[in-house]
Amino acid sequence: MESQVFDEMAGLEEQTRPVYERLKQWLDEMPHDLLTLRRDEAETLFRRIGITFAVYGEGGDPERLIPFDVIPRLLEAREWEYLAAGLEQRVRALNAFLHDLYHDQEILKAGLIPRELLLRNPAYQPEMQGLEVPGAVYSHISGIDMVRVGPDEFYVLEDNVRTPSGVSYMLENREVTMRLFPELFSRYAVEPVDHYCEDLLATLKSVAPRECEGEPTVAVLTPGIHNSAYYEHSFLADQMGVELVEGMDLFVQDRFVYMRTTEGPKRVDVIYRRVDDAFLDPLVFNPNSMLGVPGLMAAYRFGTVTLANAVGTGIADDKAVYIHVPEMIRFYFGEEPRLKNVPTWQCSRASECQYVLDHLEDLVVKEVHGSGGYGMLVGPTSTAQERAEYAKRIQSQPAEFIAQPTLALSTCPTLVAEGVAPRHVDLRPFVLMGESLQVVPGGLTRVALQEGSLVVNSSQGGGTKDTWVLKA
Amino acid sequence: MLSRTADSLYWMARYMERAGNLARILEVSDRMAMSPSPNTDGLPPGNEWQSALITSGTESLFLQKYEAPSAERVLHFLALDEANPSSIRNCLETARRNGRAMRTALTREVWENLNDTWLEIRGFTTQRLVGVELRKFLDWVRERSLQFHGAVTGTMLRDDAYAFTRLGAQIERADNTARILDVKYHILLPDYAPVGGGRDFYQWAAILRAVSAHRSYRFIYRQSYKPWLIADLLMLREEMPRSLVACLGHTCTHLQSLSSRYGQQHECYRLAGQLHASLRFARIDEVFQNGLHEFLTDFISRNMSLNDQIRTDFLM
Repeated sequence: MESQVFDEMAGLEEQTRPVYERLKQWLDEMPHDLLTLRRDEAETLFRRIGITFAVYGEGGDPERLIPFDVIPRLLEAREWEYLAAGLEQRVRALNAFLHDLYHDQEILKAGLIPRELLLRNPAYQPEMQGLEVPGAVYSHISGIDMVRVGPDEFYVLEDNVRTPSGVSYMLENREVTMRLFPELFSRYAVEPVDHYCEDLLATLKSVAPRECEGEPTVAVLTPGIHNSAYYEHSFLADQMGVELVEGMDLFVQDRFVYMRTTEGPKRVDVIYRRVDDAFLDPLVFNPNSMLGVPGLMAAYRFGTVTLANAVGTGIADDKAVYIHVPEMIRFYFGEEPRLKNVPTWQCSRASECQYVLDHLEDLVVKEVHGSGGYGMLVGPTSTAQERAEYAKRIQSQPAEFIAQPTLALSTCPTLVAEGVAPRHVDLRPFVLMGESLQVVPGGLTRVALQEGSLVVNSSQGGGTKDTWVLKA
Repeated sequence: MLSRTADSLYWMARYMERAGNLARILEVSDRMAMSPSPNTDGLPPGNEWQSALITSGTESLFLQKYEAPSAERVLHFLALDEANPSSIRNCLETARRNGRAMRTALTREVWENLNDTWLEIRGFTTQRLVGVELRKFLDWVRERSLQFHGAVTGTMLRDDAYAFTRLGAQIERADNTARILDVKYHILLPDYAPVGGGRDFYQWAAILRAVSAHRSYRFIYRQSYKPWLIADLLMLREEMPRSLVACLGHTCTHLQSLSSRYGQQHECYRLAGQLHASLRFARIDEVFQNGLHEFLTDFISRNMSLNDQIRTDFLM
């Protein structure tokens, strides 16, 4: 693993990489204040469109903008081909694993993944055991978090197969970049991403229940206006031309799901739900949930409605299950994994736990069930006191933690107060899987705006960039 | 469309209409409190403010909080009090909240009106609502409410979303006109004789002002204020946009457009038609003979039933 930071524009030898040459030239010609001006214009556009991200519990205005960095990130066609093939393999494997886990559990019988890790996992849903879902697809929309550490070195950091978000930023970032920098855009041949919503709708329709007559009715289920990703929910519903519903808009009668409309009840065939498993149906899961639909799980089990993603997918993106994904690929397909996992220590194993405790300063430690960058320890930037407190938490519940080396995430040129400077980035491409599988050529690049920071999560002050996949 | 979306549109419009009406009511109370009072009518002081509370249907809530309706308390209560769900401030906030819940059903102009109004109302304090500033504030609210309805009629697609938005405004408006007339009639006893005396004159003018019709009265009747003509104008004149018959006429039109769109006639359509007919074919002298108060009370309750029926038929 590289210890030196790879800059995607400058490369390792401080020599502009060929793909970035035209961008570099454009940046050199562009006066700093003009770039700043364009960034302010972009911010105005985002505010006007109302793309806000809700941050609660920190005081201040909860309706915030995610900072948008105007300098796009470039990926060459051959880099993308490699990534796309790897992403397809990985998402197919995750789906095969979910189908196996909720049916014959061959992978458990083969002893490749510890039984208790799966069956005692809170993300495992016994309700799904033996249930047939259309096309045997569980994760219809997947977001795979990738990091780059060298010219040809990419790692999968995390799989997101519950309700991955961020795709609206991928689409809006592109809109804004094309509008603000037509001259730069015309210097490159960029793969379009704006067909995403059409593909999403086609994917959702392709997994409609078999009995569904005529054109399937699709709806997006949102927890409501206070959810941090509400903007994205309304954006996707709007772009697909389908209803954005909340739990109270739906009801179940005679095994079918209906929405309440001004023209009377209307049957719903496919629900793109952005509500977590636990809140879907108060009769089966959290009885206090106001977000769900009583009877939804019963209808789902009768196969009269399809949920995307399926219930119980969370087991596949659990951080302790993550380490077994390469094994899944070998087991189900007899192939070698194309994308690498980040080496991971499991604190549940005594020897690895001791290693983690001894090397806290060099590692990133995460909660197995955590997400969103909350509750993690970034060793190199932590204080001795933080490490001591974190060590206590690990010792009291070792199985709850995993650790990874602090990766030297690649950097991209980013507009900051002092000018254009390198900042660390990651990448979340989106994969759609229904009857067919599509990897959208692009993704959400998240950038840590603080110098030296490796935390890119928007809830932790990260920003986003437009991601350009170039045509071959 | 989703019932919840229709419900949000309906209440968004009702609350924007209510905010504008409250501003008119407060403006009239303020005017009356300043008008020459011979105090021969035996009315207790502060009566004008009390009538503002009765008209807005918030008197009992007010009395839970305060003992007597003073100018300052009523103003605060009806304009900015967060504890009063029907205060102007809360009306504007509720309207915006309903709009935000289904923003994609709104045009940019409608949303910006709601959002800007809400952003601005947060800057007003009761201390600022005195003298000239009070009138400025009330004018501003009235203008924002008018601008909202202008944005709706000027930019929204003429589909079911439009019909539900307009329905909300018309039902609210009819309710408001009926209440103003009814409450003021407790002060001005019905009498066939021409109205005399300075204070009476102001009272009648006040009713007309409360529905933005003091010019219209002159224009239509070309004579001094007569109680039955004022009642005629506010209840039975089709050309008066805030009259009961005009509001019901529009209500019927929007319900008609919904039934042809949906290919189904609901119970609310029948109720609205019946209520509209009772106004269209009424004569003002008969209304007075049978009792104006009774007529208005009956109207308010039937208008409320119509609201409930619209809810049952479309919004839930």
